[in-house]
Amino acid sequence: MLKLKEMKIKEVVEVLNAKVVSGYNLLDAEVEYCFASDLMSDVLTLQTDNLLLLTGLANLQTIRTSEMSDITKIIFVRKKRATDEMIRLAAENDTILIECDYSMFKTSGILFSAGLKPVY
Amino acid sequence: MMHFEFQVEGGNFIKAGSASSQLKKILKQLNVEPKIIKRIVVAMYEAEVNIVAHAYKGDIYIDINTEKIEVRLVDEGPGIPDIELAMQQGFSTASSAVREMGFGAGMGLPNIKNNSDELNITSEVNKGTTVQFVTYLNQ
Repeated sequence: MLKLKEMKIKEVVEVLNAKVVSGYNLLDAEVEYCFASDLMSDVLTLQTDNLLLLTGLANLQTIRTSEMSDITKIIFVRKKRATDEMIRLAAENDTILIECDYSMFKTSGILFSAGLKPVY
Repeated sequence: MMHFEFQVEGGNFIKAGSASSQLKKILKQLNVEPKIIKRIVVAMYEAEVNIVAHAYKGDIYIDINTEKIEVRLVDEGPGIPDIELAMQQGFSTASSAVREMGFGAGMGLPNIKNNSDELNITSEVNKGTTVQFVTYLNQ
């Protein structure tokens, strides 16, 4: 199977049938790695650059954790929705927020097959 | 030499991280290397979240010179009875509200250690805790 090295965010959105709610200017940005976690403490231990975060935790601390970790691409899985406050904070940090109705497992599987790499 | 101070409110998860966010902006303006900024703000954010999660209130004092940054977080709160135990990965006394925010897995203090060059924790039960860490800017 042909594995892509990097994916554009708009391709990620397309394969997941997902919806962008903030940070449309990042649709052409490329991403190479992906990490899936609901635990922000685990996200804060990562040292990988250009990371896409998959999470089912939709609150302000998800955005804050990403800000501190230099993560600007977040997908909320399991039909979790970003609040207005989260969107405001994400906009301040030039972060794209994407809502996806699939489970964490399905989302991870699709993106893994598409060629995104795990952090470890 | 620059000095900054921030106040942290215990229990306020809406504001948790705003001091760390401000520090990140300051360090960016000072042209500190992005990798070092990340180490500093991750350590600071972990410590800030700890105050919000465990203490009544706290003050953060930051000193920056060309060589290093020193962050001191002084809180009024229950204190830590056994610091060695609290430093162990996986040990946590966090409430369910804290866990719902994505924290409370007993990883904060070890992660502050990993993201700083010097770490000192002192605590008095029923009074409060002081976390102080230093990160060198030229690594």
